[in-house]
Amino acid sequence: MGLFVAQLLTGLANAAALFLVASGLSLIFGVTRIVNFAHGSLYMLGAYVGLTLMNTLPGAFGFWGSIVLAGLVVGLIGILIEICVLRPIYRAPELFQLVATFGVILVIQDLALMIWGAEDRLGPRAPGLKSVVRILGEPVPQYDLALIAITPFILFALWWFITRTRIGILVRAATQDREMVGALGVNQSWLFTGVFFLGAALAGLGGAIQLPKGGADLLMDLNIISAVFVVVVIGGMGSIPGAFIASVLISVLNVFGVAYIPQSTLVLIYVVMAVVLTVRPYGLLGREEKAGEHGQVGEVERPIRPVGTRGRAFVFVLLVVLACVPFVGSSFLQVLITDILIFCLFAASLQFILSSGGLVSFGHAVFFGGGAYAAALLVTYADTPMELALLCAPLGAGLLALGIGWFCIRLSGVYFAMLTLAFSQLVWSLVYQWGAVTGGDDGLVNIWPSAWLSGTTAYYYFTLAVGVGGILVLRHIIHSPFGYTLRATRDSARQAEATGIDVKRVQWLAFALAGTMAGLAGGLFVFSKGSIFPNELEIGKSFDALIVVFLGGVKTLSGGVVGAVFMESIKDWLTRLEYWRLILGLVIIGVVIIAPDGIVGSLRKLGERIGLLKEQESMR
Amino acid sequence: MTAVLKVEGLSKSFGGVKAVNGVDFEVAPGELKALIGPNGAGKSTCFNMLMGQLMPSAGKVYLKGEQITGLPPRVIWRKGVGRTFQITGTYQSMTVAENVQMALMSHHRKLFSLLPYAYRLFREEALALLDVVGMADQADRSCAILAYGDLKRLELAIALSNDPMLLLMDEPTAGMAPKERINLMQLTSDIVRDRGISVLFTEHDMDVVFAHAHHIMVLNRGELIADGTASEVRANARVQEVYLGGGTLYAAEGSHA
Repeated sequence: MGLFVAQLLTGLANAAALFLVASGLSLIFGVTRIVNFAHGSLYMLGAYVGLTLMNTLPGAFGFWGSIVLAGLVVGLIGILIEICVLRPIYRAPELFQLVATFGVILVIQDLALMIWGAEDRLGPRAPGLKSVVRILGEPVPQYDLALIAITPFILFALWWFITRTRIGILVRAATQDREMVGALGVNQSWLFTGVFFLGAALAGLGGAIQLPKGGADLLMDLNIISAVFVVVVIGGMGSIPGAFIASVLISVLNVFGVAYIPQSTLVLIYVVMAVVLTVRPYGLLGREEKAGEHGQVGEVERPIRPVGTRGRAFVFVLLVVLACVPFVGSSFLQVLITDILIFCLFAASLQFILSSGGLVSFGHAVFFGGGAYAAALLVTYADTPMELALLCAPLGAGLLALGIGWFCIRLSGVYFAMLTLAFSQLVWSLVYQWGAVTGGDDGLVNIWPSAWLSGTTAYYYFTLAVGVGGILVLRHIIHSPFGYTLRATRDSARQAEATGIDVKRVQWLAFALAGTMAGLAGGLFVFSKGSIFPNELEIGKSFDALIVVFLGGVKTLSGGVVGAVFMESIKDWLTRLEYWRLILGLVIIGVVIIAPDGIVGSLRKLGERIGLLKEQESMR
Repeated sequence: MTAVLKVEGLSKSFGGVKAVNGVDFEVAPGELKALIGPNGAGKSTCFNMLMGQLMPSAGKVYLKGEQITGLPPRVIWRKGVGRTFQITGTYQSMTVAENVQMALMSHHRKLFSLLPYAYRLFREEALALLDVVGMADQADRSCAILAYGDLKRLELAIALSNDPMLLLMDEPTAGMAPKERINLMQLTSDIVRDRGISVLFTEHDMDVVFAHAHHIMVLNRGELIADGTASEVRANARVQEVYLGGGTLYAAEGSHA
């Protein structure tokens, strides 16, 4: 009984930081409709800034003063980010905003590395709260009790601010209809900036307040962000009481999970999330969102046509060049191109569902990794020959996509993205923690191709054929009636429904098709490397694909492939630089703001301007 | 001869508000019938229930004697009902012809086909339909750059693509210039005459309504208060009261004061 109470208290204390960060994220989303992926970075900054301040300011006053100051400093950094990065793109599609905030994560990671160095820092103990209290015989740190006491006050203060003050009323009004608030004469940009300040300050506070329990390190940004997303999504996007309830729920579940079922804590959390979202798609206290009520954002996509003779000739020449590589190039080059081809197929499958389907999936890596694991498991446990296993990779991923899609397709926009993220994390945690079957962190090894494909060159040709084949199949499908139907559901779901199209069914099948193709890429991957590890289905892998599709050009057909080639080619060189994240982050932010058409889109516009390409009739 | 569309006791409440309350009417084959009424009378709610966008609280809808109440829009469309919307919802990333081809692919059940190039399918048929509405010369323009009046005509061509027996048009001329309105309604009434289909439309422009509709129904506060020819409706005392005011509203206010 004593242990139970002690664990409950630990869970409640852990909820404090989580709630601070989650309420900030929720507040920002509620008003600006931006899902701030960089919120974990603000939390990390709060920890580092708080630590620096605590080392200079003395005593108890210095300790608590440092926490408050850290919040203010991070709030100011938030203002800087809002003005420089987000203001120019409020009207851009969601994906652009997400990618921009992801760029911010990379920038802050390297800046923190520059300023505070790579080693982990331990936080100081809180003055006067250094010992433990015995509750029912179990030791409970005094600081935990302090946190448990503080959190309700913060919740109350936020509640008072939101419901009782004039600014709070404006914030709530903007959450419901920001255009109307703007029309009533409220300066929206400063309202947004103010909200961003508050949200960032809350994250900074969260980072500083957990110092005595955790400390500061360079991984804490990404470590907390998935937990924060879980909390915000379970609680309901934009709902602060929801964030509180969910923080407590998740923290307590986590502590009990560690104590009683340590092998499946992560799974438990994501299962809870999936269950909540299945029953209440908009979270416990969230409200239903009418997707696209303010019309389509951004420039309208152009009509498409299959490539003409010149384009086909170009692709043919490119294929001949690639086929000649083994005769002139080193085996290193062959391995590099094999990797690029696999990544291209993966990116093309994401682009299919994202561009043609208008469905922004955040968890696409789950199908890549799912396909790879399907093949690897078959080889490891059933001695399946490589040919059959490789066939089962896309099938397995396709079935997984049918299953996950069945839940996700019912939502749209940010909620769809969040649910795909949740399910991919669920599968990831399952693979990561079910070590007996999947090998856990050690992965599955010795997954080699059959004898006829065992050489680097043989496998190179095989990947060239299957990878390019897969990409061409996807491209053809975009031009087929099914591809057109998919685009119709994206352009106007109402019109599609009113002309005999079952929108959800079409989207579901397209989602499964994209998953199948990602699984094929995963199958090729596992046999090219001979092994598979859980990081292939992590969030990071999904983001890699999102970023290349984005860099290549979302509103184009070849953006994914071009972006993947570009990224994989420079990655080797780029990652050798000390501060490569900083450079990449700045490039991503720059592309979002300056060249949102991506590589392919920008080249096309350039070609039209200098007269190489026929210009399309424009609105002007 | 059975009515193409028959509506019995159609009702819809949103919370305590009775948006549509016990409406009965019929649309005969080859009839061009208007549904008019002041703002908030329940016209659009009525339309959305006919086409399956909204589930009625009570009442039944029959298409050629077959009950279609509460079926999803796509099923009702397959049974031969075309629809145009108050605000057009065409596919912006496709050309004019492709918008019609898309509806034709759906009609010919080719939606899940993966092999042929979609831009070649049913192109002739699409051009013929565009010719009916006078849009054939714009077939290969992108839909995103069309003038609003052209979009309305395109929508009409799309609505004809499944060879419907009934066309539901929600404010077909809203947002158009006066001359374009007359042209569009003339076009619609020609289509009714040539193809023998029935049209039910809502409209705010009384010139359009009285010039073209064979029969007119008037809806007020969710209830049908008149159903007849133009001259019958014009002479109806309750209709005059609704549109011109009977003085009752202010009389009632005066008695309270």
